[in-house]
Amino acid sequence: MSSSFTASPFVGKTFGVTVAHLTKTFGRTTVLKDVSLEVRPGEIFCIMGPSGSGKTVILKHMAGLETATSGEVKIGEFDAADPETRNKVHLALVFQAGALFNSLSVYDNLALYPREHRLCNEAGIRDRVMHALSILSLEKAAHKFPSDLSGGMKKRVAIARALVMEPQLLLYDEPTSELDPVMSATLTEIIATLREQTAVTSVVVTHDRDLAFAIADRIAFVMDGRIRGVGTPAEFKSPADPVIANFLNPVIDLKNPRFQQLENSHE
Amino acid sequence: MNFLTAIIGHIGGTLLLLVDTLKHLPTLPRQRARFIEQCYLIGYTSLPIVTILSFFIGSVLALQSGYSMENFGAKQFIGTLVGLTMARELGPVMVAILIAGRVGSAITAELASMKVYQEIDALTTMNIPPERMLVLPRLAAIIVMMPVLAIIANLCGWYGGALVSQYTATIAVDSEAYFSALKAYMKPKDIMDGLVKAEVFGFVIILVCCYIGLNTRGGPREIGASVTKAVVTSLILILVLDYFVTKALLFS
Repeated sequence: MSSSFTASPFVGKTFGVTVAHLTKTFGRTTVLKDVSLEVRPGEIFCIMGPSGSGKTVILKHMAGLETATSGEVKIGEFDAADPETRNKVHLALVFQAGALFNSLSVYDNLALYPREHRLCNEAGIRDRVMHALSILSLEKAAHKFPSDLSGGMKKRVAIARALVMEPQLLLYDEPTSELDPVMSATLTEIIATLREQTAVTSVVVTHDRDLAFAIADRIAFVMDGRIRGVGTPAEFKSPADPVIANFLNPVIDLKNPRFQQLENSHE
Repeated sequence: MNFLTAIIGHIGGTLLLLVDTLKHLPTLPRQRARFIEQCYLIGYTSLPIVTILSFFIGSVLALQSGYSMENFGAKQFIGTLVGLTMARELGPVMVAILIAGRVGSAITAELASMKVYQEIDALTTMNIPPERMLVLPRLAAIIVMMPVLAIIANLCGWYGGALVSQYTATIAVDSEAYFSALKAYMKPKDIMDGLVKAEVFGFVIILVCCYIGLNTRGGPREIGASVTKAVVTSLILILVLDYFVTKALLFS
């Protein structure tokens, strides 16, 4: 990573997120059941839990990509589901698979936001894009296309694209999934350093225990669409709840294989 | 009942997409590059196939009508028949079918893929409405390119018919007689009606294909399903609309 880790100062304010009694139903399946939590401005808040527990659905509600069946999600004082909120809050979501625009080069992926919102002229856009790329040591990839990039590079480009937006709320969906341990550690450092440099509120959905323990201010554990517990990493290192303890410190037991109990492990 | 509800829902969804797209109409001048790119993709790249197919449709029309009309001693009216049929019906319908198969399917596949791979969600979180960036330039391009393609189809069909009429021994109507018959019974309204039909078909095809693409749910397999759905829906709409638009134009 570049040593000049100086992301431009974001637009002053950063926002907290309040999720109140959020319930979400898809067809006959209730994915989130009365979820309430609060993300404080400027903190790194990790949402952990098993696959299919509803973590990403919570994140999508924060990003305004889903509408609650009941309950509400607020970013600061603004309703996350209201499209107008995106005019008031610079919100960026780093998708699990990057969600880069395949038909555009890395440079154009980053330039899209300032171009579409006419934030500055082409010279200004170039400065802004190259600055974001330099933060993540991606200058040489500027003219490549997403299909030419490795998984780790795609995620870094996705973060760079988020940085160009100068976000006041930064959401990450499984930023370290499918990455090798070194790249996972690198991305973990990026997330922490960005928060340190910019004080941006960061919500990270992850399975990665190491990431959460290393950088989270607080962690929420989601299980079967419900919040099972919220606490600091220190509290989660030796949790009283056996379900959380089992998730965070799984013991491989070949004599009593876990997969044979999977059928009964979910509601 | 569920089927009917779904159809009404889709019609409503398509109209809402249109309304949302038209809201961004003032941004069109600064989307020149995208508009020109779409004109190229929709119009220019379709030219070879439109040219070849319409030439041969005109040729077959001349062959068939020459064979039939000889019985009535009405061979001299082949030009009229080919001219009117191409301008009023086959030109616009054939171009529309080609656009549905060639351009509509590509648009649906592109937008469905963007939806499945969360690019549309990324646009939404970036506060860039997909209707503005993805739908508006395509609709604007089809409005400009569809009449151009229909005119080219008409011309190629007429010339195909003329060549066949002149050089087929059993027909043997020379080009001069063919084109005088074509001009004698054809009014500007006939050509305009055909262009109006082409415009309506093109607009509906692109709107429907964008709607289906943007509303794709599920994984990569659904991309193929969406393309099939978009092409089939477009073909049905072309033929259904053809009847109603023709009726409206003929008796207006």
